[in-house]
Amino acid sequence: MKVRSKFLVGSGIIVITLVSLAYVGFTQSKTYYHTITELSTLNGVSLHQRMRVSGNVKNGTISHVPGGVDFVLTEQGRDLRVSYVGRDPLPDTFKDGAQALVEGKMMSDNRFEAEQVQAKCASKYEAAPAQTPGTPQPGQTSKGPDPARPPGS
Amino acid sequence: MDILGSFSLLLAFLAAVYAIGAGIAGIVTRKTLLTKSARNAGMAVFVLVTLAVACLEYYFFTDNFSMAYVAAHSNRALPFYYKFAALWAGQEGSLLLWTWLLSTYAFFAIFINRNKHPELMPYVGVVLAGVQTFFLTLNNFVASPFAVLAGADPSGVMRVSALSDGHGLNPLLQYPEMVIHPPMLYLGYTGFTVPFAFALGALLGRYPGEKWIHITRRWTMIAWCFQGVGVLLGAHWAYAVLGWGGYWAWDPVENAALLPWITGTAFLHSVMMQEKRGMMKVWNVWLVFTTFMLCILGTMLTRSGIVSSVHAFAQSSIGNWFVGFLALIFIVCFVSYWKNRDYLRSDNQLDSLASRESSFLFNNLILLAACFAVLWGTLFPVLSEAVTGNKISVGPPFFNKVNIPIALFLLLLTGVGPLLAWRKTSFDALKRNFAWPLGGGVLAGVVALVFGFRDIYSLICLILGVFVTLTIFSEFFRGARVIAARDGSNLISAVGELTMRNTRRYGGYVVHFGMVLIFIGIAGVPFNKDIQKEMAIGQTLNIGPYSILCQNFDRITNGNYDSERATLEVFRNGKSQMMLYPERRFFLASQVTETMVAVQSSPLRDLYIVYAGRSPENGQPVIHAYLNPLVKWIWFGGIVVVLGTGLAMLPNRRAALVLRPVNEQAWGDRVQVSGSPIAAIARRGDTSD
Repeated sequence: MKVRSKFLVGSGIIVITLVSLAYVGFTQSKTYYHTITELSTLNGVSLHQRMRVSGNVKNGTISHVPGGVDFVLTEQGRDLRVSYVGRDPLPDTFKDGAQALVEGKMMSDNRFEAEQVQAKCASKYEAAPAQTPGTPQPGQTSKGPDPARPPGS
Repeated sequence: MDILGSFSLLLAFLAAVYAIGAGIAGIVTRKTLLTKSARNAGMAVFVLVTLAVACLEYYFFTDNFSMAYVAAHSNRALPFYYKFAALWAGQEGSLLLWTWLLSTYAFFAIFINRNKHPELMPYVGVVLAGVQTFFLTLNNFVASPFAVLAGADPSGVMRVSALSDGHGLNPLLQYPEMVIHPPMLYLGYTGFTVPFAFALGALLGRYPGEKWIHITRRWTMIAWCFQGVGVLLGAHWAYAVLGWGGYWAWDPVENAALLPWITGTAFLHSVMMQEKRGMMKVWNVWLVFTTFMLCILGTMLTRSGIVSSVHAFAQSSIGNWFVGFLALIFIVCFVSYWKNRDYLRSDNQLDSLASRESSFLFNNLILLAACFAVLWGTLFPVLSEAVTGNKISVGPPFFNKVNIPIALFLLLLTGVGPLLAWRKTSFDALKRNFAWPLGGGVLAGVVALVFGFRDIYSLICLILGVFVTLTIFSEFFRGARVIAARDGSNLISAVGELTMRNTRRYGGYVVHFGMVLIFIGIAGVPFNKDIQKEMAIGQTLNIGPYSILCQNFDRITNGNYDSERATLEVFRNGKSQMMLYPERRFFLASQVTETMVAVQSSPLRDLYIVYAGRSPENGQPVIHAYLNPLVKWIWFGGIVVVLGTGLAMLPNRRAALVLRPVNEQAWGDRVQVSGSPIAAIARRGDTSD
């Protein structure tokens, strides 16, 4: 029994250590998904968390400015002004009308500062009748691995 | 010809259903004829699915674009090896591949044991047929690969139509690993079905002893090895094709493949506790169950897009089928366990903390912790949305924070565990076994510190890596020295002799050594460098010891793609080393841009150069250069792991020599002779590991 309790104490220490590490890692990297509509209902702390927002790039709003690119994301009639401040080139699929997923933070002037932009050309998916779910969707990300990975990978 | 594929797939479904029904009837009525008939039906499934796969491949090779699946994933100009691999380029074909590999395993598991274990095999056959029935349901009724393209003719009658050419294979998949990576990974996913079927069958049939573990040991190792190779090949593919300079991003699909490998690793270790000491029976049964369920979960995550739905822009209803199947498996497993739990009572207790048993316990605890953390992080978006309504994802920092300490602790156990004795190890033995390997490790650490090595995790990894390597080499050395002294042979051939006498033990050491190499490769990550620069012709970029001169930019156009290419000359210490040509290709048919990375790989470091595109501000080409140390060690370590696994599956040489008169009996079913003096000899090789 003594050995058993020693083992349990050892296991307890390991588990507690790991749980605290997990908690730290979790708070550092958690990212919320929000729709543009939801953004207007957020306030206080939840408005300034790291988040991902998706929408379509509004036609004619992409403008190159010093230090980055500004554009407007739109979804169900609501707009969100986005400033891309990342250093990577934007994906080639990023253009008017493309579906885009931006990751970053809301600024105090209701502008979304994006560090990452992923985009997919919307028309491509309408034009491809045989696209099956789970099939790797050819898409581009400006940073990080392509989320649509080859099958089975 | 066009309906042969779908027809044989339907017959396979019926055969699998019959195998379940006749199998259960055979078990209940104890009629041998029914059992045999069920067994034959189980084997027929393989033949029929093979026929279906052959048909689909035939449609690919004959460019049969009236088949929706062929039209969607191939075109006439596609090279033949990609036509072959296009079978698993999409949902329906991937699921068919799953079914086919599973039926292959099932066929051989049944065929090899057809005249053995008459009390166990009917149960195994039913479980195998049950799993196959689920996948054949998907193949036939949910995601059929044999759908034909059809349209209404002017009179309103539906007719089969065909495209003149297919849509082609997604350019991301046009890479050599496409041909082998998915089958490897699926061989892992499906392979764990065999130990699962034996474990569940043994539990249901209350089959005595640890026989199912002996029977499935090699099956488990094969599945585990394929799963590991699949994961590594996937990492390599991502590294070579996706152009972001890394090989692992804790992406849900990657995690999904890693999970069963982790629990499979835990299982491979903890079965030894049951074999040698009769402990951990409940734990082992649940480890197999869990591994199998994680395989199904992994397939679900890969195929349904549930977790990465925000990225995937497409949803699939197939996830519901998998959720239902998982729930069914869990219920079956739990009920079988609950009804037969007295059969799994442990024979022994833990004697000491400094024992082999306790190192295995910690190994399992920590592997399961890693598995749980990865699973939690992967499913967190789904869980958080279900509970709070907020979809929250966690990123690499979460996974790294938890898994790096776990991995290092595992590395420590890799060195310590095998040298601890069963039951209890004396302090003197500890000192004798560990003094100089530990000293060597610490020495390596001190030297690294002096040379300015500052990353704490990498430093620990280096110390432990050297320590484990030295323990492994000292094990080989000590054993070989004894043999060499007695036989008068030289040390090298004595090492070979030693290994062949106890393949499981020394093959295991080789696997451990391969893992050390992989760990060292991963420990290079903190020393990665990368630099991104807008480059005009004649400009230079410096990274590490290299300076890279931009010589030219040009465009290449062929029928398939338009490409922008950079011509870079790499200098080191003022001397020209090589030319590199990173490219960006725009594929015309699919309107997809793809990065062609230029990599110069050496054991010390990879120089990895990406043509990242054009600057958003001024349209200048942007070059992104990465310097990744030690990456090659990971791929090399993987090869060593595969070799070690192969070694561990070979039969022991000595037992076969000693037991020549009875070796067939002893090998066919070792437990049957346990207790007799012969068995004691037969198992002598094993007892020391």
